[in-house]
Amino acid sequence: MTTNKKDPVLVVLQLSGGNDYLNTVIPYTDPLYKDNRPTVGIADEEIIRINDELGFHPSMRVMQEIFDRGELAVIHGVGYPDSPRSHFRSMDIWHTCEPDKVGTEGWLGLAARDIDPRKENVVTTVSMGPSMFRAVSVPGVPVAAVDGLDSYGLLTGISSEEQRLKILDRFTQMYTPTIGSGAVMEFLGETGLEAMQGADILKVAPGMYSSSIEYADTPIARKLKDVARIHLADLGTRIFYCDYGSFDSHANQVGMHAGLWSDVSAAVGDFFADLKEHDAADNVIMIMFSEFGRRVRDNGSGTDHGAAGAAFALGEPVKGGFYGEYPSRKAEDLSQGDLAPNLDFRGFYATVLEDWMGLDAKPIVKGEFEKPKFL
Amino acid sequence: MAEDIALMAHLMRRAGFGATREELEERAEKGYDATVEELLAPDSVVGADRYEFLRYHPSFWKPITSPGMGAAAWVHNLMNTERVLEEKMVLFWHQVFATGGSKLDHWHEMVNQVDMFRQYGMGNYRELLVQLAKNPAMIYWLDNCDNHVYAVNENWGRELLELFSMGVGNYTEDDVRECSRAFTGWTIAASLPRNAHGRYDWEFEYQDEDHDEGEKTFLGHTGNFNGEDIIDIVCAQPATANFIARHLYNFFVADEPQVPAWLDTPPRDPEAIETLAKAFVDSGYEMTETLRVLLKSDFFKEARFAKIKSPAEVMVGTLRMVGGYKFPAPGIGNLSKEAGYMGQELLNPPSVEGWHTGAEWINSGTLMKRINFVADRIGDTSKPGVRAIVNRLKARGDLEPEAFVDACLDLMGPMIVDGDNRRQLVTHARETGTLTWMDDAQASARVGEMLQLVVSLREYQYA
Repeated sequence: MTTNKKDPVLVVLQLSGGNDYLNTVIPYTDPLYKDNRPTVGIADEEIIRINDELGFHPSMRVMQEIFDRGELAVIHGVGYPDSPRSHFRSMDIWHTCEPDKVGTEGWLGLAARDIDPRKENVVTTVSMGPSMFRAVSVPGVPVAAVDGLDSYGLLTGISSEEQRLKILDRFTQMYTPTIGSGAVMEFLGETGLEAMQGADILKVAPGMYSSSIEYADTPIARKLKDVARIHLADLGTRIFYCDYGSFDSHANQVGMHAGLWSDVSAAVGDFFADLKEHDAADNVIMIMFSEFGRRVRDNGSGTDHGAAGAAFALGEPVKGGFYGEYPSRKAEDLSQGDLAPNLDFRGFYATVLEDWMGLDAKPIVKGEFEKPKFL
Repeated sequence: MAEDIALMAHLMRRAGFGATREELEERAEKGYDATVEELLAPDSVVGADRYEFLRYHPSFWKPITSPGMGAAAWVHNLMNTERVLEEKMVLFWHQVFATGGSKLDHWHEMVNQVDMFRQYGMGNYRELLVQLAKNPAMIYWLDNCDNHVYAVNENWGRELLELFSMGVGNYTEDDVRECSRAFTGWTIAASLPRNAHGRYDWEFEYQDEDHDEGEKTFLGHTGNFNGEDIIDIVCAQPATANFIARHLYNFFVADEPQVPAWLDTPPRDPEAIETLAKAFVDSGYEMTETLRVLLKSDFFKEARFAKIKSPAEVMVGTLRMVGGYKFPAPGIGNLSKEAGYMGQELLNPPSVEGWHTGAEWINSGTLMKRINFVADRIGDTSKPGVRAIVNRLKARGDLEPEAFVDACLDLMGPMIVDGDNRRQLVTHARETGTLTWMDDAQASARVGEMLQLVVSLREYQYA
């Protein structure tokens, strides 16, 4: 943990679709890896060797550099008991920390409420993309859902900026709550102004930004560049949420998985380089997860839905290295053909919430779980 | 006439997804009661053509684990059917019997469930509950496939009583257990495992050997009950009539607190609930008859703008109003996601309790999405529906700022906007002065802009 007084910032990068753990962090000395991966296995000479047992996917050269700097933690065997192996249900579980019933409150929505209980900053949480991730949504907690920072705002379809500003001025007048108009009208008024205010705050970010980093032209690079621009504008945003995918590699996995990881690695590398260039990397960590890993044995083209996966934590404040144990690949240890989780994801969240954000994790993740000590 | 139009607009917003001014005028001509009868007899007009949709979107056929196109098929119905009340009831039952595609991961079964609501949703509630109990999506969603004679799973049994019929507080834990026992053996046939290509079709199957044949005591009745016996007993409970009445009121009439609060929060209009419950019981649980009483009642007619529009209503209402979406064009998959961006992901409600409605639809993110979605479309004066509004204004000739604002508010509702907000609109109109038609393009642009301002109003968020 750093000692400066800047508020800790969390960036979540969700690898949607089920990232193939075995081909991301490769147990290359294990003969069972080759046996089980006749089609999608990575050739020995291509694997980026990290230590005597484990290597990264060849598309993760940038991740290796971050690892070598001691700023990347790899957390093994993350999951939860009785994985449903459904994308959507699994993602819900990760978002709400409720594996046994259908939950509706997102873990980061609850965290944002603890950070800013009086809603003093409407951009405490920024969710990148058109839809709001369930992880950040809790009724009454403001979230700015930014689908492209440059075009973010109210009534952006109005092409003349002068005209739009006039209309927005009217909007502000029309949403100013008037006494006696009723509770719902007043609530609508406040919320409309909150939305305006959020857009107003965020719109300064692009103008304040300059950087020598040229991000790639991929959706994930665009999102992380937006995150960097907002963070560098110092608007008090504490939680960023974005995703990339789909990692759902049932078929033709080889090229697809390589492409996804080269996009992610490049974008993540550029993002941290950008922050470092602006001396703004010391209060940011990024975590990455996927809703599940994939089947140990490939299906002749790709891999099917599995259970345990790897989670990652990156950034200057992170204590790099490997955490936990890689689940056994032995047939008798698998759970229905999948790697059996040995670390509850809620423990991974608890490390982030308590040892980074400085919050009480128990009410958010609903219990106490073993915490990997990467912070 | 103006009052007739306003009343008709109210009816069509609630019992449908809004209507163009032309349609409102035609209907007002026919009369209110005649329109209600027409809405209650969906067979008299045409529905949306699923096969036309499939012709242009063959990949929708059995969308298995791909959710996007799954909602698209339903959105095609929502946008194009003339049987608007029938489709509104599909939305109603999807909210009450909330089943989440996320758990199923089998979107075709979700679409089948929605299709079932279309077939039975305006009929007899008892029959609907039987269909629901046999619906594979529901069986999987609430784990009745894991409800066995030797190991009872209470998920479906509990929600049938708590969320689908009587409401919490009207039964005991023993009743839940006995109810669940009666539904043992109601399962999905040949539940084959997933392969790399998706999923197999699901079918209801009654497995005699997995059904508990023992005696059960349920809500004071004792016998060797099977599922249909339980549904009979449930339907006869006054609590059920009351529960359905409250749901109908919340959906069609005015926003109520959310379901979990019903045990201790009285209805805002107890007499209305009593009237609806009585119609439900007297008709032998016929939804059409209950809806007839609702739509013809004074409490309904007087409840104008007493509800916040749901995202589905915003999305579908807007698309139907601006027009030009008849053809199952490319992009309908993305379009169908827009309600989700506003907080109502169709086919995937957040939990078995359904969505939280009313003011709970609104947060800073979803409000911005709503306003932008509607404003972007209403500002496009090339769309046929918007063109029609422009032409109606044009027919009135030059319009002074006040008259211009009032005409727009009229054509967009008629909406009731007075005081400060109307003044803001008028002030805005004054800046450019009287609306004249010498330059058609310029005048159209002014109208588009005024309409954008109108749909941004708080008042426009109400149905």
